[in-house]
Amino acid sequence: MASIMFILFSAMIVIFSILTVTSRKILRAAVFLLFVLVSTSGLYFLLNYQFLAAVQLTLYAGGIVVLIIFSILLTSHISQKFESSGWKKNIFSAIAALTGAILCVITILDYKFSATSQAAQEVNMRLIGKSLLSVDYDGYVLPFEVISVLLLAAMVAAIVIAKKGAPKTIGSPTLNQE
Amino acid sequence: MLLDIITNNSITAPSEPWWKVVYDFSSLTKWVDTSLHSSMSSFWATITEMLIIGVLILLFYALVGLFLVYAERKVCAFMQNRLGPNRVGPFGIFQTIADLFKLLFKELVPIKNADGFLFNLAPFIVIIASFMAIAAIPFAKGLHAIDLNIGVLYVIAVSAMGVIGVLLAGWSSNNKYSLIGAMRSGAQIVSYELSVGLALITIVIMAGSMQLSVIVEAQRDGWFIFKGHIPAFIAFIVFLISSTAETNRGPFDLAEAESELTAGYHTEYSGIKFAFFFLAEYINMFIVASIAATVFLGGWMPFHVGYWEGFNHIMDFIPPFIWYIGKTFFVIFLMMWFKWTFPRLRIDQLLTLEWKYLLPINLVNVLIMAFIVLMGWHF
Repeated sequence: MASIMFILFSAMIVIFSILTVTSRKILRAAVFLLFVLVSTSGLYFLLNYQFLAAVQLTLYAGGIVVLIIFSILLTSHISQKFESSGWKKNIFSAIAALTGAILCVITILDYKFSATSQAAQEVNMRLIGKSLLSVDYDGYVLPFEVISVLLLAAMVAAIVIAKKGAPKTIGSPTLNQE
Repeated sequence: MLLDIITNNSITAPSEPWWKVVYDFSSLTKWVDTSLHSSMSSFWATITEMLIIGVLILLFYALVGLFLVYAERKVCAFMQNRLGPNRVGPFGIFQTIADLFKLLFKELVPIKNADGFLFNLAPFIVIIASFMAIAAIPFAKGLHAIDLNIGVLYVIAVSAMGVIGVLLAGWSSNNKYSLIGAMRSGAQIVSYELSVGLALITIVIMAGSMQLSVIVEAQRDGWFIFKGHIPAFIAFIVFLISSTAETNRGPFDLAEAESELTAGYHTEYSGIKFAFFFLAEYINMFIVASIAATVFLGGWMPFHVGYWEGFNHIMDFIPPFIWYIGKTFFVIFLMMWFKWTFPRLRIDQLLTLEWKYLLPINLVNVLIMAFIVLMGWHF
């Protein structure tokens, strides 16, 4: 059962990833990306890591894809269609993609996966919360705080950009000339 | 089968009174599970169980949808001092079935210059999102399709997916009204989701778990809305307001404001595709109401007061499913009452309400609740 589901999810991820980058219509590409992200969360459910699966659904599918779709809705028209890129671009991007894929495969094959006989365990929410805020050896409080600083910086930047009547001297002069 | 359940339970827990044994669905589901596994391989047993649950949820979905449409029309009529549907069947109860057949037989109008793939996909995304959410809801003790340990988070995550269907429907119709409706709905749902989440977190702090069955079990000696003093009550009110907004229902129905946008994002849809949007709206309302009933009003847990043994025993006689349905329909009635009482908000008023009032109130409320739980002041 689990292997069938795994094959199904990974096939969906591969197919929809390819469709995402080959689709000529931008909103369709966004929808295919959504399918990729939802199938990834399906993989997490399969691993019994339900918290990560739900976070994947809320943040990526419910948050980021909605933002992407929103910006597409604001900026592009339905009749808009991307022209097919030239053969030079195609060849170089294929080389770049292949190099990345080969690097990944080599790294994965290099790593010795030690199989466990234990069944997948449910990850307790309390454990996640405590280790996120723990200062012990296996605690994650430093990355947690650093990420919140990053988030704060992004929020401040967004407010500065969206603010009306900001003095012209802020930011690079080339941006303000538009 | 009934005998089997009773004997099974009386061996394990002889002190339980008989009605608790009969009302407990977990032994029935366990019996189904073991008998399926004994008669076929575990692979086919899992497939069969999935099929059974799927068919049951589909049936429930259709029945609830039909009933809610009828209830909405009757409640609306009651609020406006009318009679409502009263021709088809006694009190017009077969009106929605007639409407259903009408929708099934209607032509699916194809749209020129629309993005056909996305146009046909959008209703399915909306309906799948609500379908996935309903799986995690506990209907009675043991009557629970999947009991995730992150139940509350899962329901929020999955029901948030519906907005993608709305956005796609609006854009792919190639119609300005649809597009504006979809944009409004997107802005509205993304911002009100925060309040829904924070209001539920207030109660998760009290329950100490996100698992819906644990949350229900923790309300054995009193519902959270009573146990949590004023913060729980504030959280309930905030949840009602923001979840009404999240389901795109009036007074927050800007996405389909019929006086300015004809029908908003589903203007171009017809026949059964329109019915999908229509049904999903009512099922979303049902899901939101049952989450409110489960988290704040005790779900299927009967009305218990502390340690009043006699009173609690009398309340236990009423089956848990009746309690659950009663509470859910109470919340649904409240939401319908909103819809037919308040005038529609403007988009700026809507966003001001969320970002300047509900969100700060909610954040302070979570802090107060955490403090109360820390000091052990709740019941």
